[in-house]
Amino acid sequence: MDEALVRSLTPSVLTVLVRRGADFAAAEDAVQDALVEALRVWPAEAPRDAKGWLVTVAWRKFLDATRADAARRRREDRVEEEPAPGPAAAVDDTLQLYFLCAHPSLTPASAVALTLRAVGGLTTRQIAQAYLVPEATMAQRISRAKRTVSGVRFDRPGDVATVLRVLYLVFNEGHSGDVDLAAEAIRLTRQLSARIDHPEVAGLLALMLLHHARRAARTASDGSLVPLAEQDRARWDTALIAEGVGILQAALARDRLGEFQAQAAIAALHADAPTAEETDWVQIVEWYDELTRLTDSPIVRLNRAVAVGEADGPRAGLAALAALDASLPRHAAVAAYLHEHDGDLATAARLYAEAAHTAPNLAERDHLTRQAARLNAHRSR
Amino acid sequence: MAKYLLLKHYRGAPASANCVPMDQWTPEEISAHVQYMNDFAARLEKTGEFVEGLALAPEGAWVRYDGEGRPPVTDGPFAETKDLIAGWMVIDVDSYERAVELAGELSAAPGAGGKPIHEWLELRPLLAAPPTITE
Repeated sequence: MDEALVRSLTPSVLTVLVRRGADFAAAEDAVQDALVEALRVWPAEAPRDAKGWLVTVAWRKFLDATRADAARRRREDRVEEEPAPGPAAAVDDTLQLYFLCAHPSLTPASAVALTLRAVGGLTTRQIAQAYLVPEATMAQRISRAKRTVSGVRFDRPGDVATVLRVLYLVFNEGHSGDVDLAAEAIRLTRQLSARIDHPEVAGLLALMLLHHARRAARTASDGSLVPLAEQDRARWDTALIAEGVGILQAALARDRLGEFQAQAAIAALHADAPTAEETDWVQIVEWYDELTRLTDSPIVRLNRAVAVGEADGPRAGLAALAALDASLPRHAAVAAYLHEHDGDLATAARLYAEAAHTAPNLAERDHLTRQAARLNAHRSR
Repeated sequence: MAKYLLLKHYRGAPASANCVPMDQWTPEEISAHVQYMNDFAARLEKTGEFVEGLALAPEGAWVRYDGEGRPPVTDGPFAETKDLIAGWMVIDVDSYERAVELAGELSAAPGAGGKPIHEWLELRPLLAAPPTITE
């Protein structure tokens, strides 16, 4: 059985059921039942129209489940009188599923889980593994999410920005277990961008591709972090970079700038530089200025300080940093980097050690500890 | 989402407000306490925030490599050391505030006299694998 095909069909089958009036949670259960049935039957006899087959079986499962519910007998009579399902509509309405799964009434964690399940077609076990929680926990998270959006109808377009945020969350989880969430996020964003004409969707897709292109070079074989400047650029995926840049340029040409396009532009400038020294930092600072205008996020200002340090020298970077709250995540790491480049190794070593204490993940902590150790060894020599 | 470790101490944490040692509670009080903890875990499973939890025996030993060809050195039990962990639970929540809220609820487990222990729980974020984007 072609698992990729089934997964790509799952969302549209689900959407057909919901369109026909099935409650979201019940529809989702029925689709899962139909997939189990497909696993059983297809190896022996694959249907010519896989989607039509799944819709028919899922609808029958839905009716069975509804019928079994005695309290719903009256409504079920009405359902039974409806015409038998014809061929599935060619219209692609998976898009609405994206909006439903990123509904503002859901917490970010629930929205992510529901998106991976309903749009991505991943199993509960796969999602649980990717997020390192027990399957029972993830099952509850998903069923709560389903209940939350159960009453939501497909009558209003949702907020694209929310959908993009959910997809970006998935992407940023990276990969663990047997599901590569970064690749999955790219697949879903590709799907979305084929269905919706929006420069920020293109911007997010470009951003993901450009980041993903550098993934192989981002960690050493022992799992330790390799900073951008030290990455082996020969290991960057030039095809992905070219694709990302192409998508970004088309988006920018439409003159409706948003934060994902601006971030992608910065990523593209990094990806474009043949060596770290040839990075166009002046242009990067300009993009950070745009990004600051669009988001006014302190994290963006922090990253901007790094870029200013490269474009105008570490003193200028430190001056930009001085305007920011020292309690920001990674503030100490940025300060350490700028002080090192300014030649103040003692301060840099102290700040690297301080940054290591508050690092948000293991790889970063180890990296910062190594930086501190490197400077301390250098000084005591 | 971020994971946090909740550490319950036998010893090593600041004294709780209702600090009668457990062996001086009534059996019913102990049952109520255990029930509260189980209910708490079950509730977090339902909200999709539970990851793992276990109780630990108070006995433990320190173990150390003692050089090539020699068996590891053991020492202990470490009951006399200042810090002693009674159990732990890992939760996976949307925010630090939510983690604090849950730790507060767990700390309200009933103790002697059926009143909340108000025990201090240690709350520690778990360091995770790196996110994809680090630059």
